[in-house]
Amino acid sequence: MVSRISPAQMRSRRIRERMIETLLFLCAASSVLVTIGIVAVLLVESWGFFTHVPVATFLTDTMWTPLFDNPRYGILPLLSGTFLSTMVALCVAGPLGLTAAIYLSEFASPRIRETVKPVLELLSGVPTVVFGFFALLFVTPLLQATILPNLPGFNILSAGIVMGVMIIPYIASLSEDALRAVPQALRDGSLAMGATKFETAIKVVLPAAISGVAAAFVLGISRAVGETMVVAIAAGQQPNLTLDPTQPAATITAYIVQVALGDLPHGSIAYQTIFAAGLTLLLITLVFNIFGFWLRVRFREEY
Amino acid sequence: MTAMSSVSIKTTIAAKPEFKFGKNKVSANNVNVFYGDKHALKDVTVNIPEKAVMAFIGPSGCGKSTFLRCLNRMNDTIPIAKVTGKVEIDNQDIYDKALDVVQLRARVGMVFQKPNPFPKSIYENIAYGPKIHGLAASKSDLNEIVEASLKKAGLWDEVKDRLSDSGTGLSGGQQQRLCIARAIAVSPEIILMDEPCSALDPIATARIEELIDELRENFTIVIVTHSMQQAARVSQRTAFFHLGVLVEEGTTDTIFTNPNDSRTQDYITGRFG
Repeated sequence: MVSRISPAQMRSRRIRERMIETLLFLCAASSVLVTIGIVAVLLVESWGFFTHVPVATFLTDTMWTPLFDNPRYGILPLLSGTFLSTMVALCVAGPLGLTAAIYLSEFASPRIRETVKPVLELLSGVPTVVFGFFALLFVTPLLQATILPNLPGFNILSAGIVMGVMIIPYIASLSEDALRAVPQALRDGSLAMGATKFETAIKVVLPAAISGVAAAFVLGISRAVGETMVVAIAAGQQPNLTLDPTQPAATITAYIVQVALGDLPHGSIAYQTIFAAGLTLLLITLVFNIFGFWLRVRFREEY
Repeated sequence: MTAMSSVSIKTTIAAKPEFKFGKNKVSANNVNVFYGDKHALKDVTVNIPEKAVMAFIGPSGCGKSTFLRCLNRMNDTIPIAKVTGKVEIDNQDIYDKALDVVQLRARVGMVFQKPNPFPKSIYENIAYGPKIHGLAASKSDLNEIVEASLKKAGLWDEVKDRLSDSGTGLSGGQQQRLCIARAIAVSPEIILMDEPCSALDPIATARIEELIDELRENFTIVIVTHSMQQAARVSQRTAFFHLGVLVEEGTTDTIFTNPNDSRTQDYITGRFG
């Protein structure tokens, strides 16, 4: 005789199913909720900060000295440090990363590609603190001994160069993916016209992949803007409004790390500066991501 | 293929005017191609006459496209491909070590199965070849080349007002004519066409076929096609490939009306393929 499922059993199965679904939803939602939570904390604490310091002062004052007796709250010095170190990093990582990507995608044999790409990606596995000391104890002395004898021990240049080396794998790997996604038919078309491999790579493949390459650069910039250890260690930690990369300066991240490690009274304005700086950082990366998204849409090509 | 289609092929053949062949442009001797262990093309020997259309027909995988790609050394781009034998264009060995493959491909243009315009403007698509080969001394020279190439490809009237639009925005048939114009722009002597109409609708196909017939006056054309009607319509000579072997080659007339080999007979009457 076939036993039938009892209504009670059916109900308990349904309830269990409902519970599992809820549990899975909560797991999936947790990362979104955490992000929302972070933004909320940033906004609330920054709100506290901005009730004491007008936004206009925050954006235009040229001094950042929240811990001094006579505190000034101008974010510009931190922005200039962030901007400079990011630019130096991009000047290093952009050309090198893109060249590596073009080589790997268009010239390297599959065997070389399969060896070099993982090795390149290993670079991003090196702890950033190691890169920081590499900048401070190797690159700076090297620059002092060779081309810049008057370079201070802490400076944006070394930090930026090393940060650039650090983000080469990001830019190279993502650009290479974009280049390789270009259909072979386009390369064939160009080669059959009598173009060399290099002409094909530069004039056909790269323009066709420009959206992906731009996205790679934007991601690299985002990384550099948010990078902390290298600049905190090698660039010095005093806020300095300058556009000279051979100067010491602090970035937004370096300031946050410096202040967050000190023992500031909870709720003080100095404490709230961390959140205001953090919010600024978040907004900058957001702008870059939106910019990257726009680039991708704007230059999307149909192959 | 049905018996009816072979009747229509015969009608097509009968309607074509007599053709006088000139000298040979390309001569291939004992060409073999290996893809790794696979022997894709076996001892192909054939002559291709100048300023005529030669069609390569045969079932899929028979080696016709592989042979076509030997003529501009596009097989070089496939790392595992190995080519032996001799291919001469105007009595010059194109596999000679001293020969520059870039020069060769400027002389031997190619049009692919799927239209592959570059993701650039219509103008830049055509200007690409002349620019890399330095064929235009000035901007006005380049404009002239672009206009002349588009006219020869029968595309000028359709695109003259939107040369700066993207080439990828054209219809399939227009894209393929753009690719033909692009090939013409560097004034090649030979144009290779690898099933140029297989991705196109019948009207666009008819347009391309007309164009091929016009281009024959100035270029040597080699076309790979799956369609026997197409071969019959556009070509003066036909070569039939089967399993990597060149089975039979002759005037299109002979191949379609009076083939020597029973395999050719079977293929054109639709018994396989």
